[in-house]
Amino acid sequence: MSRFKDAEHLLRLAAVFALGAVVLVVARAILVPKSFGEYGHYRGNAIAEIAAQPVKFAGHQACEACHADVATVKSKGMHVSVNCEACHGALASHADDPTGVQPPKLDTAVLCVRCHEVNGAQPKDFPQIVAKDHSAGVSCETCHQPHSPLIETGAKQ
Amino acid sequence: MNLTRRQLLLLLPAAAVAWESVLAGTPEASPNYKMTEHWWGMLIDISKCIGCGNCVRACATENDVPEGYFRTWVERYDVSDDDLVNPAVDSPDGGKEGFPLIQRGGKNFFVPKMCNHCADSPCTQVCPVGATFITPDGVVLVDKKYCLGCRYCIQACPYGCRFLNPKTNTAEKCTLCYHRITKGLTTACCENCPTGARQLADLKNPKDPIHAFLRTHDVQVLKPYLATGAKVFYNDLDGSVR
Repeated sequence: MSRFKDAEHLLRLAAVFALGAVVLVVARAILVPKSFGEYGHYRGNAIAEIAAQPVKFAGHQACEACHADVATVKSKGMHVSVNCEACHGALASHADDPTGVQPPKLDTAVLCVRCHEVNGAQPKDFPQIVAKDHSAGVSCETCHQPHSPLIETGAKQ
Repeated sequence: MNLTRRQLLLLLPAAAVAWESVLAGTPEASPNYKMTEHWWGMLIDISKCIGCGNCVRACATENDVPEGYFRTWVERYDVSDDDLVNPAVDSPDGGKEGFPLIQRGGKNFFVPKMCNHCADSPCTQVCPVGATFITPDGVVLVDKKYCLGCRYCIQACPYGCRFLNPKTNTAEKCTLCYHRITKGLTTACCENCPTGARQLADLKNPKDPIHAFLRTHDVQVLKPYLATGAKVFYNDLDGSVR
């Protein structure tokens, strides 16, 4: 070692670097979650965690499993494309426990006008009313059945 | 913040337990669901939207969206005959409680907006910690355990679909109801749309009616010139929509 008289401090420095590299590798192995990089540059388990969120709207299939009679009435009416929970609200709790959790009573004065009160931008062929001229305070279900709302006496409008 | 040694000693094991749960994750919730078999998007039919706000309310209920923030919202457009580039747009409380009657005389229609679940999304590219990502089935999600709350993704989204949750201080957005679609249900907004203006679409499923619809209708995505690979398809979209 005639050319590097003071090689010893270089070796010490190399040892420090080597130790640093080992610490980095070990710390990385401990700290990075096992599923990181499973599908890409993110924690793979996050997908399953997000998928585990509880459902609040049961879906109309769950409703129709018990309420087949209502589904039949609805399938022939104008409201065929309106799913149950669009009016009745989120009822997965009722689907899980049909006797324990009862759906709340509905107010047609609020529900019907949400869609049918004229707001100036609905499509032209959508049935729209001005509630105070149309019924003058008489509640909607006096004339219309919510599950099949068309009045089938006179001429269709 | 002043911590005594005693408080620190109490805090450290708690932090260790919390980190342990981050490392572990939770087991797969939907064993029959294969991510590689799906590629999710959505179809929004402007000609069917009536502005009832059902989707906005359903989303807030299903996902506990904080008051005043929206993962989906509805805009009402008023386009005057002589100024197509400056439409008047309103969205009172995101359209949550519907829209009051206005008569402004122009062309009026509703545009529901939400995350476009872009195939090449700008928001995931800018995340410095890998907290937001696109899943193998094409849904852009946020890992709230990893999110730092730096807001970079919120600025990056060209559609304004992200916000910082004021309670958790993490970025939040539409998950395309990932917890529902992996169980075979449709999203909360689609389930509650009374006119079928919103349809969940699986682009990898050859039997999905979306394919026939896309072939036979004038369908657009928002801001196509940004090449984000947006997967929310709008039927009957007016050229004035931004």
